[in-house]
Parts: sequence; structure tokens; C-alpha cells
Amino acid sequence: MSARLLVDAAGPGVTIQDEGRFGRSRYGVTPAGPMDLGAYLAATRAAGADSAIEVSLGGATFRAEGATLGVAVAGGDFDVRLDGRPLPSASLLPLAPEARLSLRAGASGAWCYVAVGGALDLAPILGSRATHARSGLGPKPLAAGDALTLAAAGPAPLEPLALAAPWLAPSAAPIRLLLGPQADYFAPEEIERFLNARWRIGARSDRMAYRLEGPSIRHLSGHDIVSDGVAMGAIQIPGDGAPLALMADRQPTGGYPKIATVIGADLGRLAQLRPGEDLSFRAVDWDEAVAARRDYFATIEAGATREPLPARVTTESLLAENLVGGVVNARD
Amino acid sequence: MKYETPRFLDCGEAALSVEFGDSVDAAINARVLTLDEHLRAAPPPGLRETTPTYRALLLRYEPLEISRDALVAAIENLLAPADIEAKLSRPAVRWTIPCCYDPAFAEDIDEAAALLGRSAPSLARLHAGADYRVYMYGFAPGWCYLGGLPQALAIPRRASPRGATPQGAALIGGALSLIAANPMPTGWYVIGRTPERMFAPRRDPPFLAAPGDAARFEPIDAETFRTLDARAAAGETVARREALQ
Repeated sequence: MSARLLVDAAGPGVTIQDEGRFGRSRYGVTPAGPMDLGAYLAATRAAGADSAIEVSLGGATFRAEGATLGVAVAGGDFDVRLDGRPLPSASLLPLAPEARLSLRAGASGAWCYVAVGGALDLAPILGSRATHARSGLGPKPLAAGDALTLAAAGPAPLEPLALAAPWLAPSAAPIRLLLGPQADYFAPEEIERFLNARWRIGARSDRMAYRLEGPSIRHLSGHDIVSDGVAMGAIQIPGDGAPLALMADRQPTGGYPKIATVIGADLGRLAQLRPGEDLSFRAVDWDEAVAARRDYFATIEAGATREPLPARVTTESLLAENLVGGVVNARD
Repeated sequence: MKYETPRFLDCGEAALSVEFGDSVDAAINARVLTLDEHLRAAPPPGLRETTPTYRALLLRYEPLEISRDALVAAIENLLAPADIEAKLSRPAVRWTIPCCYDPAFAEDIDEAAALLGRSAPSLARLHAGADYRVYMYGFAPGWCYLGGLPQALAIPRRASPRGATPQGAALIGGALSLIAANPMPTGWYVIGRTPERMFAPRRDPPFLAAPGDAARFEPIDAETFRTLDARAAAGETVARREALQ
């Protein structure tokens, strides 16, 4: 029997992602791909995987069948448990047949990646396995009862290990951005208002766009532009003046002015913010953005360090097993 | 309006928009497509992908491999030759796309014709009599925006979207025509329907027409639509392809 990963439970918005469906934006194809590329790379590289399951705040539970799977988890600070035993939110673990791996929203973060070592048996569509639910490309969002077959299963560690990936640490530092491409659609004082405001992630935020609640940003003259291409992290100001940060599932082109674009090194941090959480922005220039990008990807390239489980989690996991069942949150 | 020289606009540190004008215009779009063709023929190091739109070309690039200044210099170099105006992109391929304007397939043709103060058959004749060019794709996979709509068919978009379009809907909105690959709500008017699949994910190539291709519509009756639709469903290309130049 070939090895499979079984989905026991899945909240809304649990999808398969790889790095994205690139090269077809000229035909109207959205790249999709992970919301937090740095977290995705932490999980896939630790597991030796070519794609990952992106778990949203609704959480998910998985089981293995047919073999012990090597599974890496990384992303926001989720509540991750293996058979009820709390694990660090970034872990590499053996998922034995009938063992249960559960992820629930934890202390912080909006997305968590579950990567299974080896290769999922999924046919690419237009060169990618990424789900773009809106256009129906890629696998359907996962639901309870789904099973993912492994075309090849990778090695599993003997016991759970913590993954130290410093780039996953939450930070309240302002999200950095470059002004433009259409900053000239706004008066200097409106740009100041945008940069000085405290913003809140709106409730109706998803993989397509994060709504930013705060002051209304006025256009200099009109809010229609001739549609042009849209990069991930572009902050679009529609007619009502309420900014939208365009994320992985954005349309490939858009017709509202984009006041600024979040830099690559901070896209993951923006993505991990939850509805109701606050943020602010800081404008940087191209050189500073590229320096940040260099540091960010050099750290990711160096990889997550594998470490024994911290004593705190182990103690609490004993408590959890012996005394209080599933009530203890390992991160409290 | 076409700019004297293109504008280079940062879209973050890893994407650059090269903007040739601020309107939907054949001459501006030809410049976008010209730069796109040059960059695809000889991509500078670090260039990952180009996205042509009406008046701008979006370049996704890896700034750790090429600096913004070097990329801008490479683009200016490509556009520098004195004879570039004479060598602007012209369509190399023309598609003749069967289109049924029968009101049963053209759900909004009577409404659009009334708004334009003409009859539905004359709207269909004008739409099918024009030469179009694929300016860009956008919105969703296979949604193909066509320049060249006769001025007499320019129509303001709806204040609020209509329900989902049928697959292969031919639409008009603003000064453009559009073929919608899959059902989606839209503010445009459905004035016809093609049996051709503009996008079939498992076909090679998955997309029928490329940005820059020329296109015409060939009127077909309802019976022909059904015949061609069955053939298209079986994987056949029912639009005709013709090499130009």
C-alpha cells in the first residue's frame, strides 16, 4: 500500500501550495503560492518536500497511513500537537500510522505549513500544484476525508525535533514598503497620513487581499487607472479610500491606484497578521529593500536548525498527557 | 496619451512597471508589446516574467541578480534604436473566432443595442466587421481583452455587475471587446458567444491567442454553434489561425 496522508479535519482555506504558478500572468493566471514564502520554505526544506499544505486559522488534523511520514510544520505560532502532545510550532516529526497531528490557531500567526517529506502524487496544472480556488486551478481546498497519496515518501526523524527558524519570529516592527507604482495619484499629505496611520487588519481578509482599517486615503483626482499588472504586496486604494493589500490570490491586473508595495522581506510578516491585529508602515528606498531581501533569503537559505525539544514543551506535554488532557496550551 | 519617454515605476524591489502612456490606445499598446517581444527574445539576467497590459509592461525580476539601474539601462538600450517606431510590434497571427450573435446566446445584445440606439443585428454586424488585437489578458485565466472595437459600439460599463457570463461569452464594455473564458459576474454586456475554448488547462497550448495577436469574429447561427461547441468540447480548435506578414 502506498503511503498516504489522511485529512481528518480541515477548517476553511486549507490548501495545497507550491512556490506558485508563475510564467502565465500574461494569460490572466494568478500565481497563488504560499502567503508566507519564508515559512513555506522553512517547512518544505526541513521535510524535503516540493509542496506543502497551507493551514489557516481554522486549523486541521492529519493522520498517516501505510508508512511513517517525515513531516515538518512551520509558520505562525500555531498550537501543534502530535497525539495530544504539544510540540513547538516549528517542528520536524515522525507521523506514524494512526498517530494524529493537529494544528490549531495558537498565540499568533495566520498561516502554518505542513510539509510531508517526498512528493505528493498530484498532477501539476500549468506547471504548478498550487491551489487558486477562485479560478479553480490546482487541487480543491482540503476537507475532512481527503487523502493525499505520496508518490515517494521521504525519511522521517526518529523523534520530534524543534526547528529553529529565526525568520519566523513575530515582530511588531513596521512593515516596510516602497512607495509606488501610483504614489503620484495621492497628495503628499495623504501619503503622510497613510504612512503615519495605525492600521488594523479587517475581518473580511483572505488569500486574495487584506483589508486595512484606518483613515480614509483620498485620491488627488479620480480613482480609476488603466488596468496594469499587480505585484504581491501592492497596496491598492479603491474609490472608498480603504486600502487593500493584494496578496497571493490577487487578480493579475487591477484598475485602482497602488500607493505602495510591501517589500519582499516583510510580505510573510504582513501575511501572518490576523484580522483585528494592528500594524504600521515605514517607507524605505530600493537599496534598503534589497539589503533586507538579501539578509532575509540568506537566513532562509542557511536553513532551520534542528534541535531537541525544549524542556518546557516536554514538561507541559507530560502535564497535558497525565493531568489536563488537551487544555494546556504549550505556548502560554 | 503616449509619454515622450517611458516611466519606470517600482512595484516593490522585485518588480518594475514600464509605463508608455496613460490611456487605452493601439499605439501605446504596440510599444508595450514591442518591449515585451524584445525582452522575451533576449531576457536580461534576473528577469523572471513579463506581464503586458494596455499601457504598461510589468517586469518581475530578482534584484539580487540584476539592479534596478541595470535593468532600466537594458530596457532603454532595447528601445533606443532610431528605427524603433518603424519596427513596432505588429500581429504575426490572426485568429478568426466563430461567434453566435443569436439572442439565445447573446443574453444582453438587445439591451446593449437599445443603449447604443441601434438594432441588435447592426450591432452584431459592426462587432463582427472589425479588426481586433489582443491587448492583454486580465481578471481571470483566459479573459482576453481586445482593442479595435468600433467607436459606435463604445458603451459605459454597468453600474453594478450582471450575473455570471456563459463560457466563451463575447462582451463589450467601454471602448473594448472581451472574450470571457469561464463564468464570472461582470459589468460588461454579453453580445455573443464563441464555441472556441480560449483556455483549456490540459490542452497544449492551454491558451488560444497570445497578447499581440490579431482577431476577427465570424458570425455563426445557433445550429453551427452547437456543432462547433461539440467539436470544441472534444478538444478540437474551431477558431482558424492564419500567419500574417
